[in-house]
Amino acid sequence: MPTVKRSTDRGRRRTLTPYFFLAPAAVTLLVVFAYPLVQLLLQSITSPGILGQSEHGLQNFRSVLGDPLLHRAMANNARLFLAVPVMTAFAVLLAALLHERVAGWRFYRSIVFVPYVLAIPVVGIVFSYILQLHGLLNQFLGMLHLSGLAKDWLGDSSLAIWSIWLVIVWQQLGFGVVLFLARLSSLDPALIEAAMVDRADWWRRFRHIVVPHLAPVIEFFVTLSLINMLSWVFNYVYVMTNGGPVNSTYVTELVIYQDAFRNGLPNLAAAVSVLLLVFATVLLSVQAVVRRRIERMEA
Amino acid sequence: MKAAIGNASRQVPLLLTALVVLVPLYFMVVNSLKTNDAFIASPMALPKHLSFRAYTEAVQGRSIGQLFLNSAVISVISVALATTFGALAAFALAKLRFRGREAFFRVMLPLMVIPPIALLVPQFKLMSAAGLVNHRVSVIVIYTGLMLPFTIYLLRNFFVSFPDELLDAAALDGCSTFTALRHVVLPVSQPALLTAAIVNFVFAWNELLIALVFLQSEGSRTLVVGLTVFRSRFSLDVPELMAGLTIATAPVLLIYLFGQRYLVRGLLAGSTK
Repeated sequence: MPTVKRSTDRGRRRTLTPYFFLAPAAVTLLVVFAYPLVQLLLQSITSPGILGQSEHGLQNFRSVLGDPLLHRAMANNARLFLAVPVMTAFAVLLAALLHERVAGWRFYRSIVFVPYVLAIPVVGIVFSYILQLHGLLNQFLGMLHLSGLAKDWLGDSSLAIWSIWLVIVWQQLGFGVVLFLARLSSLDPALIEAAMVDRADWWRRFRHIVVPHLAPVIEFFVTLSLINMLSWVFNYVYVMTNGGPVNSTYVTELVIYQDAFRNGLPNLAAAVSVLLLVFATVLLSVQAVVRRRIERMEA
Repeated sequence: MKAAIGNASRQVPLLLTALVVLVPLYFMVVNSLKTNDAFIASPMALPKHLSFRAYTEAVQGRSIGQLFLNSAVISVISVALATTFGALAAFALAKLRFRGREAFFRVMLPLMVIPPIALLVPQFKLMSAAGLVNHRVSVIVIYTGLMLPFTIYLLRNFFVSFPDELLDAAALDGCSTFTALRHVVLPVSQPALLTAAIVNFVFAWNELLIALVFLQSEGSRTLVVGLTVFRSRFSLDVPELMAGLTIATAPVLLIYLFGQRYLVRGLLAGSTK
């Protein structure tokens, strides 16, 4: 949509006033975002050469892209991506149920959102007690006479990333539910009533009325969740497994953190950071394409 | 009969979800009120008699008080700065005319999705050059910066709908632009300001990564970092750790309880644009 020049803009003399208003925020953003971003790009193409001279080039990218640990980390981020469709489907279903104003829906809505406001480290620590070998989950399975299913959920290298996966779903599901429920409040009740008159059953109403109405926010939620799984899962991993057992739960962010603050390889960390930014940008561009398509469908 | 089945098929999934959500919280709070022996005997049972020992020990022995204070100072100051800077910038973007206005506003959305870890190394270098590592100032500056894109976005969209006629009238009365913002616009913008402040406070209070990297001395740590780092020291006394976690969670839960409307509205903001 072209921006329309609004005649109501303050039509005062051109002064420096707006820039004074903008200055504190602009300076802070320069310090926190702009300058670090430039430095990051420079550092990612700089590598310490022999004789203390630094070299420029794509050396850092070559070495990080050949690093098996980064491959494993990216594979884990990809595994976490799989949580997004599951979480979205669950959230849409729960929102559809709550939208029917079942008894206690306000209570359920409040409860389901609680995990989302908790600190990730708090969640992570509590769950590491629940998921450990002699933890609550295995005791519960024992009570159900299912001890055979008991596992070392965070200590088994083939399971740990999936346990983290579940904890993330536990914490972020509620955001989807509340988001979708808010969108459903703008759904015309007459549509549902008409469908009921036509004897459309619950699933058909769900598929043909509820889901299409939610399409734009589903798209938003999916994009946001994918970005989260790519670049905001450090806290979960750091608190629950710190990459272990035997490096099985490394994610891209942890590679950056370890390279930068543990292994003393800030140039490599910078290269991985640039890759992370590129991936995030790609996700956003894909979303822009999908959005345009949805808008065309709606038009 | 059919209605009863329909009702049950709705209640069962919701009840199960609520249960799965609540069990970990129950585990945390209930065990913080037990003795260590009672915890080992049965982690799921209600305590036979309430014990606040874990709390007194966490506060006295583990300097949770100092950590709590650090978190409070950092969160409150960065929220105050972000709200002030954000309101000034948002007002300019909504109501004043200048070159680069659209461009500035358009940058805010992509800034919100930049992964914080990506810029951490250069930010760290900058802060250590300024001698601010291990000072709360470093974290306050970074938090303020991270809060600004969201704050500006939210407030600008709120200010845009403020009637221009009122601003024109204020200008005719001789109000400066700043006075108009302070005494005409801000008083009626409280819901938006509160929304931004609450969302930002929860972010700052819960944040781990930046506080972990910038505050490495024990005296400057935040509560969330302190609990994460000291976790292994608590491993023989789980109730004490759970007490610490409950203390760390209480402010956020209270905010959710009393400001649910603002918090949820704020977190959903931007989802429809």
